[in-house]
Amino acid sequence: MLSRWPAGALLKLGAVTLFLLRIFAQCLPALRYRREVVQQIYNAGARSLIIVMLCGLFIGMVLGLQGYDLLQRFGSESSLGVVAALGLIKELGPVVTALLFAGRAGTSLTSEIGLMRATDQLTAMEMMAVDPVRRVVAPRFIGGIIAVPLLTAIFSCIGIFGAQLVGVGLMGVESGSFWSQMQGSVQLSDVNEGLIKSICFGVACSLMAVYEGFHAEPTAAGVGLATTRTVVSSAVLTLVIDYMLTAAFL
Amino acid sequence: MARPNRALEIGTGLFVLLGFAALAFLTTQLPGSGIQLRQSGSAYRVAAHFDNVGDLKVGAPVSMAGVRIGNVESVRIDAREYKAVVELAIDAQYSQIPDDSDAAIQTAGLLGAKYVGVTAGGSETFLKSGSQIQFTQSALVLENLINKLFASIAGKDDKDDTDK
Repeated sequence: MLSRWPAGALLKLGAVTLFLLRIFAQCLPALRYRREVVQQIYNAGARSLIIVMLCGLFIGMVLGLQGYDLLQRFGSESSLGVVAALGLIKELGPVVTALLFAGRAGTSLTSEIGLMRATDQLTAMEMMAVDPVRRVVAPRFIGGIIAVPLLTAIFSCIGIFGAQLVGVGLMGVESGSFWSQMQGSVQLSDVNEGLIKSICFGVACSLMAVYEGFHAEPTAAGVGLATTRTVVSSAVLTLVIDYMLTAAFL
Repeated sequence: MARPNRALEIGTGLFVLLGFAALAFLTTQLPGSGIQLRQSGSAYRVAAHFDNVGDLKVGAPVSMAGVRIGNVESVRIDAREYKAVVELAIDAQYSQIPDDSDAAIQTAGLLGAKYVGVTAGGSETFLKSGSQIQFTQSALVLENLINKLFASIAGKDDKDDTDK
């Protein structure tokens, strides 16, 4: 990991990919630990709910303000619903939720697993012939993948209501045209695009979190560094994947 | 963690339920002709037949002198007359609209959404639930206007040529 740039990046890419395959191989057996998976969905999803809803509301409200200001220049502020809904469903919902997830849940996954590594709990499991990837990593990975799309859907819904709150309530856009234009222009494929994006981001962010934690240096500083790396690599990966998926869907 | 933990299960269950509810909202309410969330509680319905409604959408506002008085409840086609039948839900408080008023499909701004504009007539009797607006004016379709314009220019040119 400390080797120079091109070789180091290649090394890490390979290591992450192999780790992903290793987790995939353990995903089905890991479903045996049902309670553990539920616990992880709770940790990653239910406990991120407040922050996701709050951010969704405010991003929707900002979209309502900015969208209104932009659209009224062309006299088409009745399209505000379309702009807000498409913006949230296709882009802002999946991306912002993934970034929030990386910051809120990814970091805690990394530090938790990193601390297990530092206190030799993972080694102890291996000694007892328990695969730590199956027992510790895979349930957290599954929890993250289940949580992110659901959080994204909640984020988008709240955001649309936020946009409606500002657009209709504050700026006086006709409520009927706000909804009717939205329903006329949003296709099922747009919703699907957002869903597929959010699943991919869930995989990326969960993978980076558990990878960094699992491979953290077993020291206090090492765990801290790993947590930082989780946020940075999750954010970069999310935005890069977002561009590629958007290009693929167009 | 080995013991059953009610709070954990309820929390997770609520989260998953909320997530799927949001997903259901996004997939069923937003695309296409979802169920209208707004309930037009006290409104009466009148019908109007148009030759062409343009892209008038369900839920679009109905306005009179620029003030909103209701919204479009449904748009369908009359299979015998081949005309569009637009059902307007007009708020009950605007009950005194003359029954010889006319309805026109207008556009908000140059690129804006279509809406139905009602202009009051002079009759003493008023529209009531189930009645039909007699005088209607279809949506302006920009392409048709342009075609007409070109046709008239071409016609003039031809005449000029024959005059010489």
